[in-house]
Amino acid sequence: MAFQNLSSRLQETMRKLRGKGRLSEKDVDGILREIRLALLEADVNYKVVKDFIAHVKERATGHEVLSSLTPGQQVVRIVNEELTQLMGGSQAKLNLSSKPPSVVMMVGLQGAGKTTTGGKLARMLKAQGHRPLLVACDIYRPAAIKQLQVLGEQIEIPVFSMGEQNPVDIAKAAYAHAQRHNNDVVLIDTAGRLHVDAELMEELVQIKEAVDPADILLVVDAMTGQDAVNVAQSFNEQLELGGVVLTKLDGDARGGAALSVKAVTGKPIKYVGISEKMDGLEPFHPDRMASRILGMGDMLTLIEKAVSAVDEEKAEKIAAKLREAEFTLEDFQDQLSQMKSMGPIDQLIGMIPGMNARQLQGLEVDDSHLKKIEAIIQSMTPEERRRPEIIGGSRRKRIAQGSGTRVQDVNRLLKQFSQTKQMLKQLSGSQGSPRGRRKKGMFSLFQ
Amino acid sequence: MVFWKRMFGEEKKQEQEKEKEQGFFQKLVQGLEKTKQGFVDKVDGIMTGRKVDEELFEELEEALIQADCGLPTAIFLVDQLRERARSERITESEELKSVLVEEITALLERNAAPLKTPEEKPYVIMVVGVNGAGKTTTIGKLAYRFKQEKAKVLLAAGDTFRAGAIEQLTVWANRIGVELVSHAAGSDPAAVAYDAVNAAKARGSDVLVLDTAGRLQTKVNLMNELAKVHRVVQRELGRDLDEILLVVDATTGQNALSQAKMFQEAVPLSGIALTKLDGTAKGGIVLALANELNLAVKLVGVGEQYEDLQDFDASAFAKALFGQSRENA
Repeated sequence: MAFQNLSSRLQETMRKLRGKGRLSEKDVDGILREIRLALLEADVNYKVVKDFIAHVKERATGHEVLSSLTPGQQVVRIVNEELTQLMGGSQAKLNLSSKPPSVVMMVGLQGAGKTTTGGKLARMLKAQGHRPLLVACDIYRPAAIKQLQVLGEQIEIPVFSMGEQNPVDIAKAAYAHAQRHNNDVVLIDTAGRLHVDAELMEELVQIKEAVDPADILLVVDAMTGQDAVNVAQSFNEQLELGGVVLTKLDGDARGGAALSVKAVTGKPIKYVGISEKMDGLEPFHPDRMASRILGMGDMLTLIEKAVSAVDEEKAEKIAAKLREAEFTLEDFQDQLSQMKSMGPIDQLIGMIPGMNARQLQGLEVDDSHLKKIEAIIQSMTPEERRRPEIIGGSRRKRIAQGSGTRVQDVNRLLKQFSQTKQMLKQLSGSQGSPRGRRKKGMFSLFQ
Repeated sequence: MVFWKRMFGEEKKQEQEKEKEQGFFQKLVQGLEKTKQGFVDKVDGIMTGRKVDEELFEELEEALIQADCGLPTAIFLVDQLRERARSERITESEELKSVLVEEITALLERNAAPLKTPEEKPYVIMVVGVNGAGKTTTIGKLAYRFKQEKAKVLLAAGDTFRAGAIEQLTVWANRIGVELVSHAAGSDPAAVAYDAVNAAKARGSDVLVLDTAGRLQTKVNLMNELAKVHRVVQRELGRDLDEILLVVDATTGQNALSQAKMFQEAVPLSGIALTKLDGTAKGGIVLALANELNLAVKLVGVGEQYEDLQDFDASAFAKALFGQSRENA
């Protein structure tokens, strides 16, 4: 989960402010110091941090905060606003020209993820009704062409290649090929290169001049350090970028590069790469990302995912059952399968507001545990799923054997399920407020 | 076993060593020269013709952070300097600069170690890291280096996941003229490792280098897979591997620490190979890795040629980083 550490840092700082009546200027300095440290640890460029802090300070020490009744919240609001603005205001789309075929170039350092991103983008465009053509212009790295061809086959998108000829010629020929074959978007995968390599940068300029691209995307690894600004600046100066793709955001990189790159180039981050699989490319939402940094959770993305995966009618029934505390293992099984179709659990949990890094530590979610749970539930009879209380010793043994697990696993599931039910009952008020030690409930199943 | 003698025997030493050091230095200097806004110029600027005062320390801390040293390490180094400036009554910035080089060298040497000396055939190296760090290229360069030492080298195409990865290693193997064990794309990497170890034994290979698929350190399932591959190699070998190298891209920021920690949890890392050092005047992450984790940087990649993989030399690195090259180069 990117930004995880940054958001936990900021959350902690903000917590100190909560409930404070008035802030002194010293209080504000203290907060800003924490934010500065957090941003630096997140690899946001030093200069960008400096500007950001100066900007926030100006507003935070102004009249609106100090005279406010909830100064802590005011500072959060300002930081949130400034972060959102820094990352690019609202969402930006891929530029396509009015007269197809539109050419899109993918550029960046070695190992940033250009080829993979090219494949993902082609797949996304195809799903939107376009007819993309992938073009293999990386003639330097061994088997780069082959990599694109294999990807093209996987996602059923044509790949244009001419072996190891001059990339400028390949790009030109690809454009002509696209015209003949009615491809409306031409995605050019270029070789990775250092921004300080004059010769190779010149090659990109020549490709650009030859095919007049509608968009040039700089692919940036989310793990990049302070140098991200120099890379972005250099590519932007020589090519006039159209936007940025931030890759490998599914790791734990704090992703400060996102803030830096936007700040120095002014170019929007258009997409983010969130998995190794071909469907792992999403539009970038600066506002959501800022909320996530501040620990407000990325509810919008979660809701969007839920809407596309969850059967609404079923969801309503379950909600009703939850209220009545009639939730059965059958319902739980439904929930599990719906959850699985929403994507990896760890990504989902990261989007829930209030779930910060500290709480997540130790909660390493392994999808294979889910498989175990599913197998156990599947080995039960419908009657057992509805009334788990009838599951005695010999039934447990049978279920364990049937699901390839141990009796302890079955016991654990049943125990946690009954605890969860108990908790639900208490929450729904039938037995007053919950008392004593709080049980971890179903969440602990994923650990 | 000509290879062992050549590579690790007594005969080479002195003049060769010197030559190598020179090479390393030159390469680094060239690499670092490539960018104008580099750390080198920055530190030179800060450290030239000034009095030592608090402002200078702050600017230095800034420069260190901008070189990806990370905050804790930057603070550690600057505190160290402050202390020495006070106790040794250093007032001129130039003098302080050589102290800084000393401190950085000391920091890097805390963990410095060359590749392990081989004791038993095959000498087994496993290469791990996140996606796009440069694992396959590093393996190509390693293979070239061993081949130059007249070793019989076997490569194992353990990245069965990424499209074109097997082909990429095949191209390297053919170019250099070394043997390769590979399975079809999508097959079990542990099975590749199993075959590779047994093939290395059967063919009497001197060196076996295992490639693995790139994986982000937060992916529990993939890290488990890596641990399994390691177990299989260990079992088939009947002993520990000689080297398990984490490949880290020099442009990486503070995430490299997380990478090192979490890969360490999955497999017993023996050191780090720092790649793409030619593109950035930074590489300060090396300092953070040395300061916060007990991991030796063993190899650095400083260019795109076969021979551009060098043994890490702490003092040459520190000097090159701080522009003392100007006088020497």
